[in-house]
Parts: sequence; C-alpha cells; structure tokens
Amino acid sequence: MSAHTIATTRSAMGIPTGRLAVWWVLCSEIVIFGGILVSYIMHRLGHPEWGHQAAHTNLWIGAFNTLVLLSSSLSAVLAHQAAEQGNGPKAARLLFATIGGGATFLTVKGFEWTEEITHGMTIQSGGFWSYYYTAAGIHATHVLAGMVIMVFIAMAALKNRDLHRVELVGIYWHFVDIVWIFLFPLLYIAK
Amino acid sequence: MSAHEHAAAHPVHRNYVMIWAILVGLLVISVAGPFLGIRVVTLITAFGIALVKAYMVAKNFMHLDVEKPIIHWLLAIILVLMVLLFSGLAPDVMKDSGRNWKKDAGFHTLPPAAEHAVTDEHDHGAKNH
Amino acid sequence: MATRPVEHPHEPHAAVAGHGHAEASFFKKYLWSTDHKVIAFQYMFTGMAMALIGGFMAYVFRMQLAFPGHPVPGFGVVSPGEYNALVTNHGTIMIFWVAMPVLLAGFGNYLIPLMVGCDDMVFPRINRLSYQIFLLSTLVILASQFVRGGGFGGAWTAYPPLSAGGQYNLTQISATMWVIAVALEFIAFLLGGINFITTAMNSRAPGMKAFDVPLVVWMIVTASILFMASVGPLIAGAVMLLFDQTLGTGFYNPARGGDPILWQHLFWFFGHPEVYVVLLPALGIVADVMCVFARKKLFGYRTIIYTVIGTGILSFFVWAHHQFIAGIDPRMANVFTITTVVISIPIAEMCFLYIATLYGGSITLSTPMLWALGFVAEFLIGGVTGIYLGSSGADIYFHDTYFVVAHFHYTFFPIALLGTFCGITMWFPKMFGRMMSDKLGKIHFWGTIIPVNFIFIPMFFLGLAGDHRRIFDYSNFPDLMRPPLPALRILATVSLVVMWSFQFVFLYNFINSLIRGPKAEKNPWRSNTLEWTTESPPPHGNWAELPIVYRGPYEYSVPDRAQDYWPQNEPA
Repeated sequence: MSAHTIATTRSAMGIPTGRLAVWWVLCSEIVIFGGILVSYIMHRLGHPEWGHQAAHTNLWIGAFNTLVLLSSSLSAVLAHQAAEQGNGPKAARLLFATIGGGATFLTVKGFEWTEEITHGMTIQSGGFWSYYYTAAGIHATHVLAGMVIMVFIAMAALKNRDLHRVELVGIYWHFVDIVWIFLFPLLYIAK
Repeated sequence: MSAHEHAAAHPVHRNYVMIWAILVGLLVISVAGPFLGIRVVTLITAFGIALVKAYMVAKNFMHLDVEKPIIHWLLAIILVLMVLLFSGLAPDVMKDSGRNWKKDAGFHTLPPAAEHAVTDEHDHGAKNH
Repeated sequence: MATRPVEHPHEPHAAVAGHGHAEASFFKKYLWSTDHKVIAFQYMFTGMAMALIGGFMAYVFRMQLAFPGHPVPGFGVVSPGEYNALVTNHGTIMIFWVAMPVLLAGFGNYLIPLMVGCDDMVFPRINRLSYQIFLLSTLVILASQFVRGGGFGGAWTAYPPLSAGGQYNLTQISATMWVIAVALEFIAFLLGGINFITTAMNSRAPGMKAFDVPLVVWMIVTASILFMASVGPLIAGAVMLLFDQTLGTGFYNPARGGDPILWQHLFWFFGHPEVYVVLLPALGIVADVMCVFARKKLFGYRTIIYTVIGTGILSFFVWAHHQFIAGIDPRMANVFTITTVVISIPIAEMCFLYIATLYGGSITLSTPMLWALGFVAEFLIGGVTGIYLGSSGADIYFHDTYFVVAHFHYTFFPIALLGTFCGITMWFPKMFGRMMSDKLGKIHFWGTIIPVNFIFIPMFFLGLAGDHRRIFDYSNFPDLMRPPLPALRILATVSLVVMWSFQFVFLYNFINSLIRGPKAEKNPWRSNTLEWTTESPPPHGNWAELPIVYRGPYEYSVPDRAQDYWPQNEPA
C-alpha cells in the first residue's frame, strides 16, 4: 500500500514538505510549553515566598543536564551534516550519540527526582514543586518521544534511507534543547 | 557574540564544535552568576544568557538564518502570542492581593437568605459558573 | 484570463488503485487505510454517530426541563447528577466529537487533496494515526458515561474547583476520563492539522497559486492554524487539572497558592478561537455552494480571505468576554468588551459579501443552496445576539442565563448542522457516486430549520426572564414558574422532538441513496473546482494523471463564453 504520495514530494512554498511540517509542529509545541511556562512565571513572580522551596533544587545537576543536552544538540547537528554528505552510517552513529545524551539526561533526572522525592519534596508539597515536576515532566516526555523517533530514523539512516529525516528530527531535538535552556534558569537559578 | 561562521547558501559550512564550546562557556558564566550575590547580575547572567544561547542554537543548529522568511514569520507570531497570553492572564493570576483586594483561600458560607423560601440543598455556597 | 505559463513537472503517475498489488482486504481498505477519503469517512461517520448520542442527551434533559420529575421516554427519571452529566457531555460531545470531526477533519480530509489537485495528504500514515487517536478519545468519552458515579458532571467548561475535586462533582472517575478524552482529541486534531496545513501550502497542483485555492480549503487551513495556536495553553492547563484531580496538586486551589481563574483563562484563550475553528469550515462550505448554485463568482474572494485572517487574529483578543462576572480585573473587561464588539464587524462583513455573491446570480434553490441560505440567515441572528453578551454591562445580567444558550446555539447550530448538511448534500455525489433525493432533502431542510427557531427563540425570553443555566428543575424557583415560562420550556422541548424526527428523513435519504440512488456523473453540479474532474467516487490516488491549474475556482458566468462555468483544469 503506497504511503509515499506525490503530495509529499511537491513544494509550492519552496521548502521541503517535511521541514515545513516540523516547523508547524514546533509552533504547536511552543504554545504548549508557553502555556505551562507563562503560568509558572506568573505564579513565581506573584509568590516570592516560593523561593524557599526553589532553593532546594540542585544547581549542579541542572547545569550538568544542560551540558548534556547542549552536547546532544551538537551531535544532532553533526548528524545532519553527515546526512547532507550522504553518509548514512555516520549520521546514524551521531544520532545514537544524541539518543545517548537524551538517555543520560533522563537517567540523571531520575536520580535527581528520586533524591528530591525521598526528601519530601513531592509534586504536592508546594506550589513551586508542582510546577517544577509538571514543567520538567512535560519536557522529559518530549525528550523521550524525540529519542524514540530518532531510533527509527537512525535505523533507516544506517541503510542510507530517508536521510532527509535526520535534519528534521534534529530540528525537533534543538527545540527540546532550547526549552531546557529556559527551564534551567527558571527552575534552578532563579531562587 | 560569535563571528566564526560564514552564513552561505545551503549547505552551510560552520564550525559546530566551536559554537558548542561557546555555548558551554556561556553555561559556565550563567552558573557562576548567582555566586556573586547581586540580584541584577544573576538575572542577566541567568536569563540574558539563556536568550543568547537559545538564539545561537536556533540560528546555528536549526539553520534559522538561512530558512525561508515564512518560517521566521510563523515563529515571531507564535512568540508574540505567548506575550499576549501573559499580558492577558497576569492581571488576574499573578498577584494574590492588591489595593483593597485579597485572594482568599476558601469559600465563605453565605449569610442565610432573607426573601427566598427555598433551601439550596446541593451546593455549599461555591460559585458555579 | 490569459493562459499562464505552467511548468509541467515530471511527476510520476499517481498510484491509482491497483499499482500491481492484489486487491486489499476489507480491513486494509476500510479500517487501516491511509487514503484521505477513507479517513474522511471514518471521521464523518464517527462524528455523525456521536451527533445521535449528543442529540439524545439533549432530548433527555430538555424533557426533564419541560416536564420536571416525569420519566423521560427512552431514559427514565432524570436525577440531578444525571442531569449534570447530560448537559456536560452534550456540550462536550457536540463540540469536540461532532462539529470538529465532521466539519474540520471530515471535510478537510476529503476536500483538501482533491481541491488542490494531489493524490493524498502529505503524511498519510500520520493521518491514519490521527484518526486512531481520535477513535480512542471517542471510546474514552463514551466509556466515561458508564463508570461509577456516571458521566462527568462539571459542565463542558470544567471549571475547578468543581472539576478538580471529586467531592464536589461526585463524578471523580469520569472527570479524569473526560480530561484524558479531550486531551487525546486535541492531539488527534493537532496531528491532522499539520497534514492539512502542509498539504494546502505545499502540494498544490502546478499552476495553482495561493489565490486559486477554493475558499473552503483556505478556511479549513486557517481553522487548523487557529486551533493549533490556541490549544497549547489548554493542553498545559489540562495536564495541571489532571494532576489536581489525581495527584492532589493545587494548581487551581487558592489554599495551595493556585488560582481557579487560571483555568478559566487557559480554557477560554482556547475556547474563543475554537468557535472560529468550527465556524470557518462551515463558512467555506457555504461560500463554495453559493457560487455553484448562483452561477456566480465569489464576491470579494481576497477580501474574504484577508477578513478571515484578521478575524482569526482578533479572535485571540476577545476570550475574557466569557469571564466578565468571574471576578476578572475590570480594566480587562473594558478591553475585552471593545474587542468583542469589534470582532462582529468582520463576520458581518463576510455575511454581506455572501449576500453580494448571490445578488444578480442565476440561483437554483437546490438542497445544498437551501442549507447555505439557511446558514446565513440563522447565523446572523446568532451573531447579533452576541453583541448583547459581548457588552460587559449587559452581560452582568445575561451571563449564565439561557440567553447565552440561545445565542451560542443560534451560532453553533448553523455551523454544526446546517453547514454539515450543506456540505453533505453538496459532495455526496462525489463521495459515494450516487445522487441524494432532492425532494427528501428539501423535506429534511424545512423540517429542521423551522423547528430550530422554535427551540431557541423561547430561550432568549427564558434567559431574559431569569432562567439560569445548568438548573435541573425550575419548580423550586416560583419566579420562574409563572406563565408563560413553563410553556416556553415545553415549546422548546416539543420543537426539539419535531426537529429530531425529521433527522430520520435525512438518515433514510442518506442510506437509501447510498444503496439505491441514481448513479452520479463526474460533475453533476457543473462546478469549477478540481474534485469534480475525477470519477465519482474518486479512485485511490484520485486521478490517473494529476491536474494542472489554469485559473481561479470561481470563474462562473464569464461573459463571452458558451458555458457558464470554466473548470480550473481546462486549458484556455
């Protein structure tokens, strides 16, 4: 059954269809993250006393995770470069490195949250914490989703197939990185 | 901030590792900022640098600088929309009290109604919209 | 009208049914298909089935209102909790599971690839996934009616603390299922929307410039963009509500530093653009139908498009008119009154442009045309009554009364029903290769449009008299039981039953025509747009050879031409 349509190959706007679609997806994601972050920022500004709760987030873990995501963005864009050169296997290796970065991020977060929860800082224990877990949780879900999609694209790239998708998943990944670039100061620095 | 890449037509050639290094450097500064103890400095290093980092990732990694203008328009409009969301919600949501008003935690039981012969057996004075 | 130079791209021939594969199984062809037409039907039939359910709910609670305490035939005695569940789910189902799937996903999926001249959507598998997620959401909302406690009873607007606390809404399980169902539906439509937008932007036929695209496609694409831009904050808000319901967080609990009004804002920031999301496809269908059956060019095609874009932008600035008496900052109430009253201007202007389209046309009062005319007439009434509600001073009285109910039904009803019937009667020949009975169609039309006014005009008066919304039994309010109010409630209910009974005419017509209707030719309405240039129904892949476009879609009654229409793909 043909799922490769002629429609996909056309380009009346001058942008390849896949890339156009990814940008639209990002627009819809900006609004979702915008919603949670706007809500958080308003409450945080209006509740200076939440600083007492926020003081307990671990700056070093947050910074390390930021480093991890920045590096995974590097490997993602290098994967794109490899794909552009037609080198599928190299792109796939770099994508796997990106996935590894995502996995590291999630693992570290897992330890971080376990530590915080066992010390009584749960999602119910305060306004700040509710937003902390919710916002970072929504972000983590997107990291996971990105990783899953990347696996499929990397497997295809190993066989030099659908290399244009490496760029597309990369754009998504950079967006996830940018969200964290803002989450980091919001949750870890602004105390 | 950085001036190492030359934006060319697709495919662009830029030094991604160099950009990464700059990003890491900025991260270090933003982590160090709070230790100075000056609030304004912390705000600038934390959020100002976040903006710069986001810009660099968007421009260099997502290749937004060589992307078609329609994409720039889309993103700009969506970001403006978020500013609108904030301005529309903040007057109601942000503060807990102001001049002559205070947001209260609970629901007050209403004083017994004088004229109505009816008793309201369902709700407990909760506002229903 | 000179020929435009068109590059003939060397496109492979479309994968017309066959392509060397064996005939697909029933499962593959109808349940696992990636063909946009099949997915369109899946959405449409699901939506129409849900309309029966939502309509039944309306019947039950209206019977309770007209004859309080009496057992309702087909349901039994309505308890207060059941009443709340009925009104909540009626509203929720009608908006999210009827209007959106039929108008946006159904017609969008069917028409967009055909009207822009390509073989399918850009991402057929994501299209299929979007329906599957939608189907899942449908099952969740239906299942929620049968859990312990019954269906969610916190109103379709789901304001916390009522919606967040099981101890308040008494329907704790279904409250959570409701949030999950709505969230899944949002995701389905986000996925679908990406397809619509990208296909319309990128996959147009060679020669089809932006202003050669039929209005209905413009409208559906704009609606998808509006949806996508407005639903994000509500998705975030829904996650927060879910956590409040299940994890004991306090996002909307003032005692925990939260604020119920945050939900209201997040909800209506989406809720207001949402009404335009459902309005725009209906407006598009009506416009295209009018041009065909008046044999006339659309008056002010570009103006309409700019107006729609302007309305879309403006729709993001009016949301708090739903919250005038919720305790919002009065300075904001000022702003929102002005923007709300202003937004009526572009909509009214579009109605005038439609009327101008008719002027001087050679009008055939076919069934689709009747529906289109009915839409404009009824929607105008709905629109002007919105001005009262948009003015914060008047709204202090009107808010939460039946005046509001009458207003939004006078807008929603044309959108969801008149617009749908307009579209179905128009495109049925193309979709199913058969003609519907015009006579039965007209009986259905009059049997729908006359009673509908007798349902909702009484509600304006009931609202003025003080009938509050979401009241299960007015017998406890002596002021509201004096004549003629009970009689008005009975009139509304009886009219609903009459209107309902005529829907069976439609069902019969639909099914009978499907099986035994006369075979339809390619272009029975002599229309210009591309979907009419292929077979009825179109094969998989739509055309053996994809069309090339030479002109806009509205070249009707062009002077000095023998034919009164000029298909887009006919070389000059």
